Amino acid sequence: MPNLGVIISLSVIFGGLAWLAYRSIKGYEIDRRVIFVFIGIAVSAPLLFPITFEEKATPIVERLFNRIDELPAGSRVLISFDFDPAMAPEVQPMANAISRHCLHKGHKVIFMSLWGTGQSLMTAALANDILPGFPEKKDGRDFVNIGYKAGNEGVLNIIVSDFRKMFPTDVNGVPLDSTEVFDGIESCKDLDLIVALGGGRPGPKEWVLFVGDPGNVPIGVGVAAVVAPQLYPYYPQQIIGILGGIKGAAEYESELIKRHERFADMPTPGLRMMGPQTLAHMVIMFFIIIGNVVFFMTGRKKVI
Amino acid sequence: MRRFVPLAITFIVGTVLILSVFIPPAQDLNRTFTLYFDIIAVFAFFLGGGNLLRVHINKLRMKKRDWQFSIVTLSGFLIMLAAGLFKIGNPGDIATAVDAEGSMFQTVFNYVLNPLQSTMYSLLAFFVASASYRAFRAKNREATLLLIAAFIILLGRTPFGLMLTGWIPESFSILQVPNLAMWIMNSPNLAGQRAIIIGIGLGVISMSLRLILGVERSYLGDDNA
Repeated sequence: MPNLGVIISLSVIFGGLAWLAYRSIKGYEIDRRVIFVFIGIAVSAPLLFPITFEEKATPIVERLFNRIDELPAGSRVLISFDFDPAMAPEVQPMANAISRHCLHKGHKVIFMSLWGTGQSLMTAALANDILPGFPEKKDGRDFVNIGYKAGNEGVLNIIVSDFRKMFPTDVNGVPLDSTEVFDGIESCKDLDLIVALGGGRPGPKEWVLFVGDPGNVPIGVGVAAVVAPQLYPYYPQQIIGILGGIKGAAEYESELIKRHERFADMPTPGLRMMGPQTLAHMVIMFFIIIGNVVFFMTGRKKVI
Repeated sequence: MRRFVPLAITFIVGTVLILSVFIPPAQDLNRTFTLYFDIIAVFAFFLGGGNLLRVHINKLRMKKRDWQFSIVTLSGFLIMLAAGLFKIGNPGDIATAVDAEGSMFQTVFNYVLNPLQSTMYSLLAFFVASASYRAFRAKNREATLLLIAAFIILLGRTPFGLMLTGWIPESFSILQVPNLAMWIMNSPNLAGQRAIIIGIGLGVISMSLRLILGVERSYLGDDNA
């Protein structure tokens, strides 16, 4: 049952839009500042008074989820945080959910980044969001953070045949040879799965071109919504699954909660942000309709 | 000579790297050259930092327009450089990660860069809404198709899509908005993206050949082109 705050917010938004529609039919154009105010309300109201929706994983998300779920415990999974704070609101929720999923299933996880800003986001996420839920996991035995390395595609071109040439130590200066996670791992070819998270360059596409294809390593990706359409040509042969934007993150989180009891109370920023995204989409669609109404009206162009 | 040396380097490196893909014993050359590239790229950091200092110090000295912003740029650069190089406030010894929790580097990142970049990107929502209102008009057949596709994708990315069309029977499930959105992504979008990728690939091959064979010389500078 929606609370009073939700009802008031929705009434303000849709009442206001109805009033704007009426004014538009009368022949008035809408000033862009009015649009900004409506988007501001549509995004902030569901954050103040959360609206949650039930999500169901689409096949493209479910495929990656199933792959991680079905890998035997002890499998080596590399998760690359190739994004910056601008992309983080979309990509960080999926990074956290996938990392939790891998650790829960007992996989040996290697965390790395091809973006300088990615390492700081990864450090903060590991310390504050991911590892506190897994006190039993030990650095070096269950996971390793090898950090950031400059060189973009060059780094990938090397680690596809030799990890230690690029990453002789982890982020704390511990030699990789002394970590249990890297036992028997010479290169990316020895990994069971790579999850590339990002959306810029270098990002998931470079992982496919420089590591997935030449090394024959399965790759799953999580990207910002605007980038997802560019990766469809690689699905399903070269990319086993794509998480696109907040919706992809929300679908993954809902699947995680449904299938694993441990995560019933975990934070779900993806699902929480579906409220603002849904309302913002509705407002944008409403404005598109109003814009077309104005367009088809005779040429009165007053501004409200 | 000034023109011959770079042309020869480009020809030799380009040819060797292409051959290394097709001749297995030469594959290690590819990695060796990549390592050389990474080493050279490290020097670009010094050049980039030096250039940033030179440009902004000059701007300050000459009191050029908006010189005040240069103070912000230089302060940000030098503070982060010092925080990273000397690991100020790092909880462990010098061997710990530069961005260890509690370090000055990570604190500035968390409380300055992170909110600034997020704020800049979030402004996009406002401009997208305003641009959609002005641009998505059914002016002609093509614009109408674009408008319909955008509408379906927008609706398909929200739970409302399923709520509105969930009643459609399973035999016609393709008409449910989320499935329609998937179809747009998997068919028209896929075809367009593949065409673009193949086009770019052919363009890259053609440009690479022009560079290797010395036909394209604009990278040498205006005097040598």
